[in-house]
Amino acid sequence: MSAGTPAEYIAHHIQNLTFGQHADGSWGIAHSAKEATEMGFFAINLDTMFWSIATGVAFCWLFRIAAVRASVHHPSRLQSVVEMLVEMVNTSVKDAFSGNNPLIAPLALTIFVWVFLMNLMDLVPVDVVPQLAHLMGIEYMKMVSTTDVNATFGMSLSIFALMIYYGIKVKGPLGFFGEFATHPFGKALFPINLALETVSMIAKPLSLSLRLFGNMFAGELVFVLIAALIPFYLQWMLAVPWAIFHILVITLQAYIFMMLTIVYLSQSHEIHDSH
Amino acid sequence: MESVVAFSALAAGIMVGLGALGAGVGIGILGSKFLEGAARQPELVPMLQVRMFLMLGLTDAVPIIAIAFAALLMFANPFLTQIG
Repeated sequence: MSAGTPAEYIAHHIQNLTFGQHADGSWGIAHSAKEATEMGFFAINLDTMFWSIATGVAFCWLFRIAAVRASVHHPSRLQSVVEMLVEMVNTSVKDAFSGNNPLIAPLALTIFVWVFLMNLMDLVPVDVVPQLAHLMGIEYMKMVSTTDVNATFGMSLSIFALMIYYGIKVKGPLGFFGEFATHPFGKALFPINLALETVSMIAKPLSLSLRLFGNMFAGELVFVLIAALIPFYLQWMLAVPWAIFHILVITLQAYIFMMLTIVYLSQSHEIHDSH
Repeated sequence: MESVVAFSALAAGIMVGLGALGAGVGIGILGSKFLEGAARQPELVPMLQVRMFLMLGLTDAVPIIAIAFAALLMFANPFLTQIG
């Protein structure tokens, strides 16, 4: 897998393992970026699916172990970590969520830990897993699921669906769609309200997913660039500071995704009596 | 063909530059307000710090999206696939 030029190396490392229908009608895995785009919309990125499911299963399994073996008098270290996380999420939800919904806190905890674990995969050195995968015959392997727009859009569109569902459930269909006409200016300026509310409604899932994607993609790209352009005995000089900064970015982006989910869902639960 | 590449390079540079400008000014103002607040009321620093990081992530979002698109233009230019 020692590609000739740095450009080929970089292009190789940002390509997902795409499974779909080739141009000639046969089903298989794409062997180049061009083939992957030819597969169209209904192609699945197998590596994204595998790593997102693997990190999700790891999260559920770890937390279940901590819950099942929870002990009041002799808490284990795993139990203490899980308790800290749950307490942090609980405090955030209590501060930001103004409705009454038992789904929000578990959703927030899931989002935070799952996104954090998926982002954490970025700290594994660039070539380790792709080389192992290449030895097993797999051409492309991207470990970080959140660098795939499909994954982040999947999450943010699910949150968007929840926003609309709870908006209609709490405010009633008339109230929910009425808000588009009457916020923020009042019934008289109905077209302006409609335009502003529609734009802001669409901007929410878009910005939510692209923020996470942009941060993670840029981080991964810097690692790949360092690996591609710097001789190996000097790579640590740039990679170490960037990795340390990236630890902050990983946690921050997971926290922001969680907080914005809580805030958007709280906005769907609010009933404005007089506006 | 060359003009597409040339304009893509220019576009990538402008995107990253303007994004960095916006992010720099915005985060500078955010940081200065945080430090001012911390100097006035040191006991509020933990709470303010949490809020500051949240605002930092939000302010950084659009410039980083711009960087991601600039990187897309540099390494996997969609305009080139359209013409060739």
